Amino acid sequence: MDQFDSFVQLLDTNGSIIDNPRYQSTLDAAALLAFYRDMVLVRQLDQQATALQRQGELGLWAPLLGQEAAQIGSARAMQSQDYAFTTYREHGVAWCRGVDPVEMLRFWRGTMHQSWDANLHRLYGYQVIIGAHALHATGYAMGARYSKRVGTGEVGRDQAVMAYFGDGAMSEGDINEAFVFATAYQAPVVFFCQNNQWAISEPTKRQSLVPLVQRADGFGMPGVRVDGNDVIAVHAVTMEALNRARSGQGPTLIEAVTYRMGAHTTSDDPTKYRDGADDELWRGRDPINRLRTYLRAEGVLNDDLESELSREAESLAERMRQGCRELPDPDPLSLFDHVYAGPDARIDEQRREVAAILSQERVN
Amino acid sequence: MTELNIVQAVNQGLRRAMESDSKVLLMGEDIGKLGGVFRATEGLQKEFGEDRVIDSPLAESGIVGTAIGLALYGYRPVIEIQFDGFVYPAFDQIVVQVARMRYRSAGALYLPITIRMPFGGGIGSVEHHGESPEAYFASTPGLRVVACADSTDAYWMIQQAVASDDPVIFLEPKRRYYQKGEVDTCADLSTVPPMYKARVMVEGSDCTLIGYGPTVTTCLQAARLAAEDGVKLEVIDLRSLSPLDMPTLIESVKKTGRAVVVHEASSSGGVGGEIGQSLMQSCFYNLKAPVLRVTGYDTPYPSSRIEDDYLPDADRILDAVEKSMSY
Repeated sequence: MDQFDSFVQLLDTNGSIIDNPRYQSTLDAAALLAFYRDMVLVRQLDQQATALQRQGELGLWAPLLGQEAAQIGSARAMQSQDYAFTTYREHGVAWCRGVDPVEMLRFWRGTMHQSWDANLHRLYGYQVIIGAHALHATGYAMGARYSKRVGTGEVGRDQAVMAYFGDGAMSEGDINEAFVFATAYQAPVVFFCQNNQWAISEPTKRQSLVPLVQRADGFGMPGVRVDGNDVIAVHAVTMEALNRARSGQGPTLIEAVTYRMGAHTTSDDPTKYRDGADDELWRGRDPINRLRTYLRAEGVLNDDLESELSREAESLAERMRQGCRELPDPDPLSLFDHVYAGPDARIDEQRREVAAILSQERVN
Repeated sequence: MTELNIVQAVNQGLRRAMESDSKVLLMGEDIGKLGGVFRATEGLQKEFGEDRVIDSPLAESGIVGTAIGLALYGYRPVIEIQFDGFVYPAFDQIVVQVARMRYRSAGALYLPITIRMPFGGGIGSVEHHGESPEAYFASTPGLRVVACADSTDAYWMIQQAVASDDPVIFLEPKRRYYQKGEVDTCADLSTVPPMYKARVMVEGSDCTLIGYGPTVTTCLQAARLAAEDGVKLEVIDLRSLSPLDMPTLIESVKKTGRAVVVHEASSSGGVGGEIGQSLMQSCFYNLKAPVLRVTGYDTPYPSSRIEDDYLPDADRILDAVEKSMSY
């Protein structure tokens, strides 16, 4: 099986609906239009953040360009009581969990290690250590199980957890240990691997000679491979996996086949390791274009709605530019906060030393 | 008073912690049905069920990583790393994830996780079963590191560790596991001394011996031998490696003017160096001799037939005391 063959696809690259006996989409026109809006705005968010990095306002940014459908389709399948653990590239997931785009910038601007309130959004902050959070997601899901929040059938009570990571992470021990724990305890967790073809400079083939989804078999959980640039298919397979999890049937591995159209981060130069042919190929598989074609053909999307959305996108970008520059630098003394639950003699002494230096600087 | 050895005291302490808080979960390799390779959790799965005393897959990083998720859910996991030498696969999860959660989230999230670990050598076992990795953890901001040395501390400190809202590395001196002691199990948890406080075990005026975990017993032996020669050694059980209870150490060294720190871990980059430096800074003019160290050597842990040559014993401690006294 080739890397790009054989996956669940419900909307092809030309924007035509494909019948699938196994997966049917439950999305109506309004829902699809909302997904389209999500994807357009998230792409705008991503491009604006990239620009802000170029202008020196952010230390770094990890672009999601090309992965909008994988993120929006999966995150919109979540319910409010669910919880997600993501890497540093899941701005689209954060968007769906209600995080303000300006808040997302805190981490990248260096004003906070965690951009948003994890408890409020039921979304853990950006995880940089590859794969580490898949174990946290699994443990959280075990907690749901031990707390009898799985398989009750009560709407809004049963919980599932999403663990997002990439093709590179599939080689990490923590990911594989997470699969072991999740299957051993039948934890309600969905492992959502965005195979974007590149782990910085290394192609997926360096991580695995066979499609990543095949690993699911060895761990004893269902695996499903989906066209990650088809928001309808991503949503359908994720809905099913989350329902399985919430109803107590255990974990699922989803491999969403997509493409990182941009650089790994703003510090990366992809021209060093890949040629333009793939970029061109994947531009033809763009997740937003195909939904746009479909929605326009259906008469759901028209020029008026498109211009309204463009205006909304422009105002989002403007708000990000202004909001980013207005993000306050933390108080230098806050570097001593929250190391421990209570006071610590050494840290308190160091805080006093820095306070003295700061007050000295102010005098001078 | 109840006579308990250290492993029994850990077991009783865990039982009491589980009784008093239904959110306390135990997880680790072989801790359920078997009761742990040292039987520290014996009988607990039968008493509290498989959802509270969890036999985990054989994966240390997985144990710590899933404990993080459980703690975020609201549980208070107590995990067992079977042997000190097996902790390294979990290093990222402990020093990067567990230790930094509170800081990273600006106080919004915290992890009340206790990581129990038998540590130290002297049991005649094979490689990876006799290590002292405490300095890695003691030098990691965000972690608390404590070591018990006798049954009373094993019983109470494990309960304090479990109740702590900071993550705690809880070191158990495996070669003293079967050392017996009288424990007043009727006392109240809130009235026993905090685990961050060092304890003066024997008062003396000539030199201060500072040990923790298995070396406290060794220091006490040395003090008894010295007393026969009329030398009065003060013995302090450090108990907490992070934070260090410097006021207690300073008070002692101001009195004796001399100190010898004793641990099994290698000397370079070890806890002894930190203590020595802190004492030099705090009581430079009270010191009559440099702070000396009696430790394991700067080698990997040796094979068991020669581990006695590596481990600090009473003779080496007394040699160091003599050296200190001769300044």
